[in-house]
Amino acid sequence: MLLEVRDLHVEFTTRDGVAKAVNGVTYAVDEGQTLAVLGESGSGKSVTAQAVMGILDVPPGRITGGEILFQGKDLLRMKEEERRRIRGAGMAMIFQDALSALNPVLTVGAQLGEMFTVHRGMSRKDARAKAVELMDRVKIPAARQRVGDYPHQFSGGMRQRIMIAMALALEPSLIIADEPTTALDVTVQAQVMDLLAELQRELNMGLILITHDLGVVADVADKIAVMYAGRIVEAAPVHEIYKAPAHPYTRGLLDSIPRLDQKGQELYAIKGLPPSLLAIPSGCAFNPRCPMAQPVCRGTVPPLYQVTESPVPRTSACHFWKECLHAHA
Amino acid sequence: MPEPEPQPHPQPPRYDPLEPGDGEAIAPTGQGGQMDLALDEAESLERVIPPGPGNPREKARSLWSDAWHQLRRNPVFVLSSLLIVFLVLIAIWPSLIASGDPLQCDLAHSQEGSAPGHPFGYDTQGCDVYTRTVYGARASITVGVCATLGAALLGAFLGGLAGFFGSWGDALLSRVADIFFGIPVVLGGLVFLSVVTSDTVWPVVGFIVLLGWPQIARIGRGSVITAKQNDYVQAARALGASNARMLLRHVAPNAVAPVIVVATIALGTYIALEATLSFLGVGLRPPTVSWGIDISNAAPQIRNAPHMLLWPAGALSLTVLAFIMLGDAVRDALDPKLR
Amino acid sequence: MGRYVIRRLLQMIPVFIGSTFLIFFMVYALGDPVAALFGDKAPDPATAARIRKDLYLDRPLWEQYLHYMGQIFQGDFGTAFNGQPVLDLMASAFPVTLRLTVVAIAIEVVVGITLGVVSGLRRGKAIDTTLLVLTLVVISVPTFVTGYVLQYVLGVKWGWIRPSVSPDAPWNELLLPGLVLALVSLAYVTRLSRTSIAENAKADYVRTAVAKGLPRRRVVSRHLLRNSLIPVVTFIGTDIGALMGGAIVTERIFNIHGVGYQLYQGILRNNSPTVVGFVTILVIVFLVANLLVDLLYAVLDPRIRYA
Repeated sequence: MLLEVRDLHVEFTTRDGVAKAVNGVTYAVDEGQTLAVLGESGSGKSVTAQAVMGILDVPPGRITGGEILFQGKDLLRMKEEERRRIRGAGMAMIFQDALSALNPVLTVGAQLGEMFTVHRGMSRKDARAKAVELMDRVKIPAARQRVGDYPHQFSGGMRQRIMIAMALALEPSLIIADEPTTALDVTVQAQVMDLLAELQRELNMGLILITHDLGVVADVADKIAVMYAGRIVEAAPVHEIYKAPAHPYTRGLLDSIPRLDQKGQELYAIKGLPPSLLAIPSGCAFNPRCPMAQPVCRGTVPPLYQVTESPVPRTSACHFWKECLHAHA
Repeated sequence: MPEPEPQPHPQPPRYDPLEPGDGEAIAPTGQGGQMDLALDEAESLERVIPPGPGNPREKARSLWSDAWHQLRRNPVFVLSSLLIVFLVLIAIWPSLIASGDPLQCDLAHSQEGSAPGHPFGYDTQGCDVYTRTVYGARASITVGVCATLGAALLGAFLGGLAGFFGSWGDALLSRVADIFFGIPVVLGGLVFLSVVTSDTVWPVVGFIVLLGWPQIARIGRGSVITAKQNDYVQAARALGASNARMLLRHVAPNAVAPVIVVATIALGTYIALEATLSFLGVGLRPPTVSWGIDISNAAPQIRNAPHMLLWPAGALSLTVLAFIMLGDAVRDALDPKLR
Repeated sequence: MGRYVIRRLLQMIPVFIGSTFLIFFMVYALGDPVAALFGDKAPDPATAARIRKDLYLDRPLWEQYLHYMGQIFQGDFGTAFNGQPVLDLMASAFPVTLRLTVVAIAIEVVVGITLGVVSGLRRGKAIDTTLLVLTLVVISVPTFVTGYVLQYVLGVKWGWIRPSVSPDAPWNELLLPGLVLALVSLAYVTRLSRTSIAENAKADYVRTAVAKGLPRRRVVSRHLLRNSLIPVVTFIGTDIGALMGGAIVTERIFNIHGVGYQLYQGILRNNSPTVVGFVTILVIVFLVANLLVDLLYAVLDPRIRYA
């Protein structure tokens, strides 16, 4: 396995108390595989990714438990210097908003070339040539002329391509893309997503795609992990989850996608709001919003039930996963 | 913010009543449970963690009550406010803690150190340094408060109007402010106060207002422009609110915080400026009792009798410090970005 | 870039005219330069009238101003009432104050930014809190108090330095006066760079730099520092003018015969040509410093350069 996250716990100390952002997340990605992590704002999907990358703000953040195995080695037990060498070279991250994620006062060539001078010890001149090569690779027109430009001189889509180029620079085995297309125009989204998927196939990388866009997921993902209140509530191969979700929250998400064949009908919405991480409801965190909730949901935290074993394991954290599966079918 | 959902189930008994699991404990952002995650997926900590639940006051927290809540627990604020209250009391009734007369001096005691009943000793004229130090608060506080009020009112008024209405008035104000910024303060003070003289504090106050208002106008202008762009102000405009109503009801309350912060810090620096001008011999003049004058008189004698300089200098520094600390604490409380 | 410079230069003109006119107004209209010539004696009316005519003082103020400015741009700053050309006074005073200001700015930049960076990177830690309190104290103690106290302690009590500066004001003797002059600004620079560093440390591009696997040193020096220093540079630039003007107090304490000293004498003796001449130069210094800051700003931040 390329990356395995096991029972990860992350907390944030805030003015108003301790926020439990990640409460026992377990997932795995293999080479050439795409895992989509789905969830609302505050579900802990980005925090998990930041913990994997090692870019969590500490403090206020704190990893309180779990393991992160990258190519078999636990990142959390590594020395900082060892981890640093992995960042960028072994795994890389693509951020949501390229305008703020790129340094405004350095040229894109300098920011791309830095990967090679720092990690590979290349000369500045060679690094610049590499930067041009990378920009060509992500299909930025006139790369040679634009390598000396600053981030704000590029369009949103081009900037995101530069982000992708930066992540791919050292051909890492794992890419984490945190909402890579959210900040872009709809017309550009597909192009950027296609480029990312194409490069992933070419380099046989593992990809963790953090998103809320179920449409994107269906196109590119192999597996889906749905997160709610810092836990994975359902994990399944992509086509199975669309066919029949095994968790009421996943079902709510799927039902709230507007569909052409239901034009004119009122759009479904999950009632209520995401829980406060300072006071996560007891039992199943989703119970106050769940249409299927029973007294047991408030009393007992549901374990991860094994829905199917093979070929790919499928899990759900719902006491009534069977009812949920059948209700949809 | 939508109304909390009526609770579908009776509360299980092991819930702490102050920590409701649903309804109350909801994030302030978002619209129901709809899948509108695109709006704010940047999981910055502020957004991940909604204001603490379980505290009913939390909901009513506005900028001001929130700031007040934070200030009360800030030792810097408490300390500086107590000090300022004390200083103001002393400025009004110096006889509360000093029984002597600051102008009653006896040359026989010139430059003597501390003696019973005269803890700070005597100055060159044989005046009691303790009494003079206590009485010196009045001039400093008066100049500081009057100059700040003047500069803040004038600056906020002009800056607010310029920011709100924009166009040529705004451009003119910016240029005029630039002119005042171009004049070094101490230098301007020397020139102005050497030609406008009087035995009162008013020339000094007038001069500080004259050079102080552009700074506050600049801040006021900026915050009015920011407040003006708020959606609810635009909405009020769209609904046909008059300019006066918008400025007073919607813009001013939201723009006043930075002005207050800058004015508080300025108060401290104005007191220091008055002392500097008095030290240079153009600020306050005897018989007004002023720390700046006393320090100036004591300075040449610092080798023989440092106490004459250190006491008024300490009092002056402490006063300036109190106001600057207060301003600093208020700024931290009012600026959510720094939290 | 060229157009930007020209636009800034044009904007400086009204400010220059306004500031100098304001000072001119105060000196010539509010004060009475002729009465000052005679000291305590009442001037003989005929003589006074002649002097007024010679000095252009019988004309409307704006004409006097134009006449004065016209002469200045021909390099004639007039004559002090004691017969010395103002230009001579300047030639002796400005180099001294310039040296003092250079020392002060150097201290401000090196010490202020270093402390600010240290503090900002360790926000909330003991060293940060200590520095923060220290800066507040430094800001609160007026320059003339720190000046006398340091002079007394270092110069008189411990004898580390000469308490007063010799007439030709060599660099080494200007260290303490420079520190005194810089101290308040130093505290501001520290606080400003601290805030700026702490704010930028949370910026997305810094997180990106960490995610790229750059060593911490490089993240700070190459990515964080440059962005954070932009507001600090602005402050230091505008401070140059303020320091030269504020040197009056420091120069008086340490008996330095620089701009502040000459100005102080000029003002005490109501020596109008000296005062207006020196102030005019100071205003020009201030404006040029501001212009340089704007240009430096554009160099540091490409978003402005290309705007």
